[in-house]
Amino acid sequence: MDLSNTIVLAIIVTSFATYISRLLGAMTSEKVSAKSKIFEWFNLVAYSTLAALLGRIIIFPAGVLASADLVIRILVLVVCIFIYILSKKNLVLPTIFSAILLSTLTSL
Amino acid sequence: MINLKIFLHGLKSLIGARSPAIPLAACFIALGALLKDAGFNLQQSAASSFFTYALPGQLVMAESLLVGASLFNIFIAVWLVNFRLYPMTVSLFPLLKHKSQPKWKYYLSCHFLAVSSWLIAKDTYQKIEKKYRIDFWMGIGFGTWTTAIFTTLIGYSLADYLNKDLMIGFAIVNPVYFFCMMIGAMKNLKISIAVIAGTVMGPAIYLISTEWAILFAGLISGTIAYFFRGKNGSK
Repeated sequence: MDLSNTIVLAIIVTSFATYISRLLGAMTSEKVSAKSKIFEWFNLVAYSTLAALLGRIIIFPAGVLASADLVIRILVLVVCIFIYILSKKNLVLPTIFSAILLSTLTSL
Repeated sequence: MINLKIFLHGLKSLIGARSPAIPLAACFIALGALLKDAGFNLQQSAASSFFTYALPGQLVMAESLLVGASLFNIFIAVWLVNFRLYPMTVSLFPLLKHKSQPKWKYYLSCHFLAVSSWLIAKDTYQKIEKKYRIDFWMGIGFGTWTTAIFTTLIGYSLADYLNKDLMIGFAIVNPVYFFCMMIGAMKNLKISIAVIAGTVMGPAIYLISTEWAILFAGLISGTIAYFFRGKNGSK
């Protein structure tokens, strides 16, 4: 099979594997009340799953982020969280600053 | 049909001080450049963001193709990395439910579910009348989804001009944005415990199992938070 056909099949497989979780979630939601205990559990699992993913990305990144030192990655994250808090929860400032700071520190 | 005024209200989440447009653009520009390196053409790159729209899964697909993995292995790897979308959907859609709204809106718009749109919706849904929350969600989702597709195309087109320092800068934007939003969401003890425990357990379990780390860390940390006494962790 040539590369182009393989890529098209990979896109189909990836899209299907992703949509399954979303669709099952939408179907399950029909039976779940927003005031129920099971909803609270799902909410907490969703937050912790996201946090786990983010923690993994910072500590064990894949791709180009791995070429920046761990200490620098954590430093940039902590500085930007402080900017977020000090700027009364502005999200644009810390995100732009994070790119500038990390690019600068890694090119030194 | 869709309440256009509410839909546009959701779409407006893309602008302002809490806009997800910059982090979305940064990561999908980087993805576009990566897909070009992996041998995708322009249409295939756009199709990937159009039909999948979940960055970690798209990264796994590109990396798997580069090492010659089978389609079955790609399916399993993507399903595992994107399984987080299941609890995310179940923790959002009950808040958007209304008996007057047709089911197709929920089945179609679940495709828009990603970390950025989920966090914005959780942060703002209470401001919208319950009957129209699904239209508001469709506005948020449509805006973030189209931004992702458009910036994938930009990244693909600019791939030859993006140097390594710039790509490193782009790569940190997304986790910083999401961490800030998660800290903003820590409004009660249970959610704070879920976020802190997840952040610690994700990398810790990754040392034991790379494939299952996120799933197990999420389940364990979320369940620990659930059993803590305190204000309801449903918000």
